[in-house]
Amino acid sequence: MSEVPVVDLGGVLLVSIQEELLDASVATLQQDLAQRVIDTGARGILIDISVVDVVDSFLARALHEIAAITSLLAARTVVVGMRPAVAITLVELGLTLPGLGTALSVGDGLRLLGDTGPGGPATAELP
Amino acid sequence: MTESTGDTVATISEFLDRHRDEIVADWSAATFFRAAGSTAEDTAADAAEVLGGVRRAIEHGEQDDPTAESFAALRGLLSAFTVPSQDQYFVSQAAVRMSRLKEPVLRLWQAEHSGDTGLLVEGVVLLSTAVSTLRLVLLDVALRSVLDTITSQREQLTELSTPVIKLWDGVLAIPLIGTLDSMRSQVATESLLQAILDQQAKVAILDITGVPTVDTMVAQHLLKTAMAARLMGADCVISGIRPQIAHTMVQLGIDLGEVATRARLADALAYALGRVGLAVAAPSDAAPAAPPSR
Repeated sequence: MSEVPVVDLGGVLLVSIQEELLDASVATLQQDLAQRVIDTGARGILIDISVVDVVDSFLARALHEIAAITSLLAARTVVVGMRPAVAITLVELGLTLPGLGTALSVGDGLRLLGDTGPGGPATAELP
Repeated sequence: MTESTGDTVATISEFLDRHRDEIVADWSAATFFRAAGSTAEDTAADAAEVLGGVRRAIEHGEQDDPTAESFAALRGLLSAFTVPSQDQYFVSQAAVRMSRLKEPVLRLWQAEHSGDTGLLVEGVVLLSTAVSTLRLVLLDVALRSVLDTITSQREQLTELSTPVIKLWDGVLAIPLIGTLDSMRSQVATESLLQAILDQQAKVAILDITGVPTVDTMVAQHLLKTAMAARLMGADCVISGIRPQIAHTMVQLGIDLGEVATRARLADALAYALGRVGLAVAAPSDAAPAAPPSR
């Protein structure tokens, strides 16, 4: 079982989900993230699921729980890069992830969380 | 009864075998096979194959089943069959030509068994059922060719009617036109979401000016599309809601929830530009609206 990488982008934690999550790794990730939020004082969490082909009700619930946990710690969770097929499936399942922020890309997600620091892309400046 | 039917089947089978060449010659001369085959040998071979099919069908007791394996030869023969759109009686005329195949067989059968009335009648019933089934096969094949045409045209219509238009950097519009059934709205949703991903669009406008009626189904499709776009991180606006449609939607109790709605496409574009942090200004202003960077 591999660990889910969590990268600190200076106030924002970037979580890249690479493969199907198992029960145990979800529990580990949730505890790990809560600890990291407290340690780093992060105000936002980006969960990148752009390489995930299948999002089932289990992963949807896991995302919800992460959002609930981190919002208790005053950090906002944004799901980033969901694929079209995944989005259609979730809507068909009735899992519209209310309360979770969504963004097209990591750059958009950072902007949504109010970050225009060095990590932010140049397109952050609108004409 | 079953015993005598079995006997009749055996007699017919033997009869068809014995008169094979005669019947094939008669059938080859018939208009139907002349039209279907090209050369004389081809025609004779086709007729022989169809006759073999009729014999097998009678032997297997499936002379009234147009889906039977025995009629595969005829189906193969007819597969090149296309219904010309001009001639509305084409299929029925082909069926009439085909029913003329019955006569030579029945004539031979009668000549041979006129003494035994029971056998004569049973044989006539079996043979004419089998040849009539050939007509059903013809109708099935013709119908399938028409259905294929309809299916392919429906697909073309689906592709044609769901263009995704880029209105500005980060702003997409999909003008929905005509009645939205499940398949069409699914294709529309998929192409919109793909375009959102490809162009990293922030706002998508669903324009329903060209949709004649909005019922609960259509509203459900619109909502699902908006939700899926939101999950990907894009906003959806529904525009082009005419007064009558707004009225109907309220009477049906349709609630579009948190999805933004605007009356006209222009209003939706203004809203969308606002969402991406742009505004349209008159050229006399100090800072005219910048053209799109790409």
